[in-house]
Amino acid sequence: MTSDDIPTTKTGDPDAAIEAESARRRYAGGFEAVRGISFSVARGELFALLGTNGAGKTSTVELLEGLARPDGGTVRVLGHDPYRERAAVRPRTGVMLQEGGFPSDLTVAETLRMWAGCTSGARPPGEVLDLVGLTPRARVRVKQLSGGERRRLDLALALLGRPEVLFLDEPTTGLDAEGRRDTWRLVRELRDGGTTVLLTTHYLEEAEALADRLAIMHQGRIVTSGTIADVTAARPARIRFDLPEGVPAARLPLSLKAAADGRRIDIRTHRLQESLHELLCWAEESQVDLQKLDARSASLEEAFLDIAQTRATAGRVETA
Amino acid sequence: MTGTTVSGRLTALGRAELTLLVRNRTAVFVALLMPLLMIVAVKSSLDRIDLGGTGLSVAGLALTGGLGIVLLQVVYMNLVASYVARREELVLKRLRTGEVSDREILTGTALPSVLLAFAQSALMIVVGGLAFDLGAPERPDLLLAGLLLGAVLMAALAAATSALTRSVQTAQLTTLPLFMVSLLGSGLFLPLEIFPDLAASLCELLPLTGVMTLVRAGWLGTGAGDDVLGAGLSALAWTALSVFAVQRWFRWDPRR
Repeated sequence: MTSDDIPTTKTGDPDAAIEAESARRRYAGGFEAVRGISFSVARGELFALLGTNGAGKTSTVELLEGLARPDGGTVRVLGHDPYRERAAVRPRTGVMLQEGGFPSDLTVAETLRMWAGCTSGARPPGEVLDLVGLTPRARVRVKQLSGGERRRLDLALALLGRPEVLFLDEPTTGLDAEGRRDTWRLVRELRDGGTTVLLTTHYLEEAEALADRLAIMHQGRIVTSGTIADVTAARPARIRFDLPEGVPAARLPLSLKAAADGRRIDIRTHRLQESLHELLCWAEESQVDLQKLDARSASLEEAFLDIAQTRATAGRVETA
Repeated sequence: MTGTTVSGRLTALGRAELTLLVRNRTAVFVALLMPLLMIVAVKSSLDRIDLGGTGLSVAGLALTGGLGIVLLQVVYMNLVASYVARREELVLKRLRTGEVSDREILTGTALPSVLLAFAQSALMIVVGGLAFDLGAPERPDLLLAGLLLGAVLMAALAAATSALTRSVQTAQLTTLPLFMVSLLGSGLFLPLEIFPDLAASLCELLPLTGVMTLVRAGWLGTGAGDDVLGAGLSALAWTALSVFAVQRWFRWDPRR
């Protein structure tokens, strides 16, 4: 599916919180980071933008945040142009940049107080500190925070004004497993409370855990999008195992379409249950012990790796 | 939902910036002590210059020059470093994702330095009146106009200079040209009257000269009406030019 095929809502759709229509972004050196992407996010929806580093996720989000003007196409947030109608959009959005921008010599509490003074309907600073679990660190200077704590401070600022639309650019990068779970729980609660969330991540499990819908970006374009079921539907399931010494891969049933790498066997199939049944019957009849057997349905990871690999070898993507 | 106001946002930004200023020992030292040290040094060297024909007293020249130094060091040099530091730490970019407008971000960042400069100026005017026999300012309105224009001009030039400055460290270099040119050519301590005519006319075109003429006219009552008017226009022109330069070339993202 190319970006042309992605269903888009017309500009002005009252249900859409975020809309991009053939949006492009070119940098001063001539490099085009965003090459005509279109998508829309409904109110209350959690939408994830996935992609490898350099795919154009941050460049796209910066257009939606209104930090840059698109070089082509349009973007709308809550029905407004986020760049030109800054004053109308900003009080209703919350932003977490990929890298926090805080003066290093202010404490956490001072940073929040400054931000609260610039935010309509700001929550009490103590409340957001509690939300992100930074209360014990309130009097610590920003430069003494760990990377994960800085991400949580950034999240606290993004949540301060109870935004209707929340942009989270790689919110859990640098967090440990527990911190990541906490952030996921918080983001889910916000979504359940009606907040529209646009999230970028290169953690596939993050998109799997949170997103209602997602788009995978590659080289400045959206390559595929939809629900996780949509994106994985066309992908094959996978069975992997090691054959014992002395059992050549040629002895496997031909119908299984196995690829061998030494003793390691990799089977891709669209009928996981049947293929697995066939394999196990063969193993029992042939008295072969399948080591490290692993069978899994198509996952986002498969889809993602498939896109990254095939596109990389193809060299270029179909023109949009 | 309670909205925010311009003054509320500026107060929040200014307060944070003041906290940062106080925590930066070098900046505090430069802002508080350097102007005074400069005045003492200049006053002792001025004793050797003949001011007979200029109608200025050594104390008058040193203290009005001191106000110029305050504008240059406390507002201009300090703010170049602040703007660059906030830009490189991505603070400016982060602020732009919020409700504050670009102008408010630049103003809020400048507020503590400007207030500090005004406090020092007030102190010097009081000290000059009481300890150096300069008396009360002759034209307080002109003095105030000069200081206000000077502060806006210095802040705008600081924002413009920050666009050419890669890091906080290089700010010490990029601020030097304006500092030296103003020190020598804008009549801070060397009255333009002692220069040859052509040099004096050129010096009148420098950014800070108009402000200094206003300040001196306001405090000491020097200068004819035409000179003061010309100085005011020159200061306004430089301010407009700097504001335009900021709108055109200011960098919000780090230089990488």
